[in-house]
Amino acid sequence: MDLTVNGLTSYAYTGGKHLDTALPAVVFIHGAELDHSSWALQSRWFANHGFAVLAVDLPGHGRSAGPPLASIQDIAAWLIALLDAAGITRAALVGHSMGSLAALETAAAFPERVSRIVLLGNATPMPVSKTLLDAARDDPTRAEAMINAWSHSAHGHIGGNTSPGMWMYGANRRLMARAGRAVLFNDLSACNNYLQGLEQAPRVLCPALLLCGERDQMTALKSARNLAKVLADGRLQVLDGTGHSMMAEQPDAVLDALRGFLAEEPVA
Amino acid sequence: MADPKTYGLDTLSLHAGQVPDSQFGARATPIYLTTSFVFKDSDQAAALFNMERAGHVYSRISNPTNAVLEERIAALEGGVGAIATASGQAALHLAIATLMGAGSHIVASRALYGGSHNLLEYTLPRFGIDTSFVNPRDLDGLRAAIRPNTRLIFGETLGNPGLDVLDVPRVAEIAHAHGLPLLVDATFTTPCLMQPLELGADLLFHSATKFLGGHGVAIGGLLVDGGTFDWEKSGKFPTLTEPYAGFHGMDFAEESTVAAFLLRARREGLRDFGACMSPLTAFQILQGVETLPLRMARHVENTRKVIAHLSGHAAVESISYPELPDHPDHELAKRLLPKGCGAVFSFVLKGGRDAGKRFIESLQVFSHLANVGDAKSLVIHPASTTHFRMGAEALAAAGIHAGTVRLSIGLEDAEDLIEDLNRGLHAAAKG
Repeated sequence: MDLTVNGLTSYAYTGGKHLDTALPAVVFIHGAELDHSSWALQSRWFANHGFAVLAVDLPGHGRSAGPPLASIQDIAAWLIALLDAAGITRAALVGHSMGSLAALETAAAFPERVSRIVLLGNATPMPVSKTLLDAARDDPTRAEAMINAWSHSAHGHIGGNTSPGMWMYGANRRLMARAGRAVLFNDLSACNNYLQGLEQAPRVLCPALLLCGERDQMTALKSARNLAKVLADGRLQVLDGTGHSMMAEQPDAVLDALRGFLAEEPVA
Repeated sequence: MADPKTYGLDTLSLHAGQVPDSQFGARATPIYLTTSFVFKDSDQAAALFNMERAGHVYSRISNPTNAVLEERIAALEGGVGAIATASGQAALHLAIATLMGAGSHIVASRALYGGSHNLLEYTLPRFGIDTSFVNPRDLDGLRAAIRPNTRLIFGETLGNPGLDVLDVPRVAEIAHAHGLPLLVDATFTTPCLMQPLELGADLLFHSATKFLGGHGVAIGGLLVDGGTFDWEKSGKFPTLTEPYAGFHGMDFAEESTVAAFLLRARREGLRDFGACMSPLTAFQILQGVETLPLRMARHVENTRKVIAHLSGHAAVESISYPELPDHPDHELAKRLLPKGCGAVFSFVLKGGRDAGKRFIESLQVFSHLANVGDAKSLVIHPASTTHFRMGAEALAAAGIHAGTVRLSIGLEDAEDLIEDLNRGLHAAAKG
């Protein structure tokens, strides 16, 4: 569905269902240069099991208008504006990579608006190497190739996709290539420059689940462990064998973890 | 910091899409000869039907053996995914049926395999889909043939019978300027000689019966989506961008930004038209794909040796192969097909139909049959077989002479092939 957020048309996938704001809401936030379709299976399950789902395209991504937002704090403010536009008072936030930083910041800055957070593929802080940042600025195609290679486990490089006939490596590459030329550098810079995550974390009052890929080369497990320690209710779950692109590599395991945390525990 | 490495074509040909099975650790891809798959529970069944979880339900729609083949070809081609079909013809039909309905129009190269031509020229008009055939070398003509109701540009990477090289980058540019996708038949080139999706094509298909299998034991097709075409932006493809009452009101482009085409093709096309591949066939084609890069290199090496021998032979009037300087697409081939122009080509014998018949009947290593792309060398004389009803004028219009012979060069010793051809050429020249 299209929503007007801060005067711009913004798209959010609702899982094929009409958005019913009386239901508990879950907002899915994609990673750098990606869009709502990163969450296709998981968001569709929630929409069909009693949740109001908004899998967003952040501004400048996918179908949403506007320039990409320059900082994680800007994304957090935008997410609140999105909830306002949709008429949602409080939501669970599920973010991947860059989206996980946004979920963390939103929960810290606007605790009354966030019921739970799930941070997938998170490192706080999330430094980006100069090589990758330079490539994102000067040669996005090269940077995309680096990210694609580092985002998949060894297993992911060979495939074995649970979605029949889909080559996840190719799908991720093509999805990144859809974005405008400046988007990747913007997004990676936003991740790199968000340095206050560990200071913000104690302000997160809601339960938080950190979902980590055992073979994640982009965001190290050690960092997630540090974050879990400073969260008031931080839990950590490791998905065996998966890399950073965990929603594609292990869609069922991700869904089961989300379901256990968001759907089967009573929401406060 | 060095850029990370990714697997090359040889490695992907052997491994892409398959991890050893978790139960027994089988290294080879198991053949899942089953019509259907047991659900774990009612929730999982519902989730599979509603595309909330990935997996297999019924082998007409998907099957684990087929999925390995599909993923492997998608990996080799640089696509986002693929669908295995009952034949190459089924793959072409599935592509068209997914994109359009009655009232639509296709612009196709006139240099097409006869089966594709039949479908477009004679059969699809009965279902309200018309095709304009154009000279693939005349890009202005191609552009001029596009109508408001055109929904697809279609050609072969190497066209029949004269090996016209499709200028994929420029044809794609024309297609995209009109909000249209480019579909190519990449059967003759395989991903080893050309990767059309990297050159600008949006969709491609293979007759897997040919080089992908290589062994000549299985009929099959593969349809690959490059994930590059923006259906939403084009606005000409309601099958992909509007809710489909036949599948939960799904808007496929909304559901998947890069794989909307494949979703619809599988969820509607395989479901309703049913031209799926048997898992046994998928296994057989996978055995071929494992050695595809090795075989294609040898196919090209042998072809070059054979052509070098035929060039200048007293019994040969002309040879049509893009690596030869007198071929109209020689310069284009150097650019788009630097690894070779495949292993299928035609040459014209002096002496017309009778010489052609004598030539064919004298061969001992080449098999006289109607196929190409086998590991074994093949030959056919169109004027006395596939086109025997045509007079000289009609043959010329189709680019076929009375003395045209089509060869598909296999993997035998090149010396044995040349000796066999010498036997045929001697008989042809005797008169």
